[in-house]
Amino acid sequence: MAIGDLLVDVSGVAKHYGEGETRVDALRAVDLQIHAGEVVAMLGPSGSGKTSLLNIIGCIVDPSAGRLVLDGETVFDGRWLRGNLRQLRLDKIGFIFQAHNLLPFLTAEENVSVVLDLAGWKPAAAQTRARELLDYLEVGHRAGVKPAHLSGGEAQRVAIARALANRPRIILADEPTAALDSVRAQLVMDLLRKLAVEQEACILTVTHDEKIFDRFDRLIHLRDGRLSTE
Amino acid sequence: MNLALKDIRHSLFRFILTCFGLGLLMTVVLAMIGIYNGLVSDALAAVKAPRADLWVVEANTQGPFAEASSLPAATRDAVARLPGIAEAGAITYQTIEAQHGTQTLRLYVIGYERGRPGGPSTVTEGRGLGRSHYELVVDRKSGLEVGDTIRLGRNRFTVVGLTEDAMNSGGDPAVFMTLSDAMALQSELDPAAERVRAARGAASPDASNVAAVIARIESDADVARVAATIRQWKHLGALTQAQQEELLLASVVDRARRQIGLFLGILLTVSAVVIALIIYTMTMEKLKQIATLKLIGAPDRTILGLIVQQALILGASGWAIGLSLILLVKDNFPRRVVLEPTNALVLFGIIILVCILASGLGIRAALKVDPATALGG
Repeated sequence: MAIGDLLVDVSGVAKHYGEGETRVDALRAVDLQIHAGEVVAMLGPSGSGKTSLLNIIGCIVDPSAGRLVLDGETVFDGRWLRGNLRQLRLDKIGFIFQAHNLLPFLTAEENVSVVLDLAGWKPAAAQTRARELLDYLEVGHRAGVKPAHLSGGEAQRVAIARALANRPRIILADEPTAALDSVRAQLVMDLLRKLAVEQEACILTVTHDEKIFDRFDRLIHLRDGRLSTE
Repeated sequence: MNLALKDIRHSLFRFILTCFGLGLLMTVVLAMIGIYNGLVSDALAAVKAPRADLWVVEANTQGPFAEASSLPAATRDAVARLPGIAEAGAITYQTIEAQHGTQTLRLYVIGYERGRPGGPSTVTEGRGLGRSHYELVVDRKSGLEVGDTIRLGRNRFTVVGLTEDAMNSGGDPAVFMTLSDAMALQSELDPAAERVRAARGAASPDASNVAAVIARIESDADVARVAATIRQWKHLGALTQAQQEELLLASVVDRARRQIGLFLGILLTVSAVVIALIIYTMTMEKLKQIATLKLIGAPDRTILGLIVQQALILGASGWAIGLSLILLVKDNFPRRVVLEPTNALVLFGIIILVCILASGLGIRAALKVDPATALGG
């Protein structure tokens, strides 16, 4: 695999909760680099710091120390360098959730176009882009359906379409196949890999799903807040 | 994309039910405002109807509404001759109960001199009093129709005309008759009672007194000066129209008015709390969705808009439903419910303000929610 742009560069990132006797070190001087086109799995037991690292890369949680560079922009270096982190997420990061987290009052198409609406796209252009993505993910025929009436696989593909809508180059996924059977889980991972290559994006996934380990370029392990690579 | 409207449409039935519930609460609030206005309006109806400038009453009394007043009927002539008086009329008031069919009617009898101040302000159906005796013009709320006859005291009267919005401070519909009929009604006893009185040798009740003399003054006359002139007669008192209205509101209806006003205040407070709870609950149910919106990059104004717009739609719908319902049922209340456009508009303003303030609780919870919640840990 050809190495693409460096999209995620985590250097010496630490995160601790509490102080003194109650201090818990969730992450200890973690370094991680992910390039465009890479699909990386993050493994580790519960409490190892996976969620903390994912939240830090997703600019949701403040690191206690270290430096974070996303898509060539230094966003954290001892402090956040960007005032509007939500805009940063909107521009650079796509999220895929374990429970898809689609907004129940919007149709599949609206769930995708809402991201574009927030990004300032014109409604017609947002609708076209949403429809294209849904067609690409083979759920275009369900565009007008609300999440409650979608199957687990369909809902997860709509969630992937939403994550990709604004063409982010960093996609963070939290157990994206946990709610799917093994066949659908393989299909979703193949799809994510295809998207990573085609859109020159990187994908960092937290997973415990052993049946899809072979779909990743790299498996990284977190234990007691420290990182190791297989 | 309007997320507030999309969310409402998603659970439309539930939202409509909530609006309807709030609408019922608004109906009660508007009803209380209407009853409050009605009480004041009813109380003032009898005072305003004669379109008088001056009320001449018994000295040292605040009659004829706040307390009893009795004057010789001839006082009218003395008042009418005063400089500055354009016209004057003697008037009596009494409340009676009478049978009409199977119904017992409670009526406010106003006796006045035909062609002088004191009669009904308008006759909406039929005609005014044309004969000296046994004719009535009645308020429509009494249930009597033109052509109906009713026994009052020892005589049977015929309804010749209908008027509207004429009643006393207790809401009893007014009945207008000639002064002579009214004075007879006041003094004549039932035949059995008359026989007992005659057997006891007691004197007949005085049939020559009236409750007050009302006067209209000439356009260039000073009402205060005319009143002062009348007060120089030691046996007479004089109140201007404004004083009479103030007196009535301050004495006769003040407690009831304050009671309803207080209840209205409590009701508005309860409504505010209910609205706040509804909006807060609606927001709390959406916290996960709000966290997702934050995570995907929605700015605070999008989330704020979602909550405030829904709160405003809820408040405006509740107000509209409440107003429609009260307009539908207000005529079925036993007492008058008077709603002015300004009342409805002021309530709308209050509801909108309450909705915005109530949204504050929900907005606070929504803005505090951590976007990481959407990731499930």
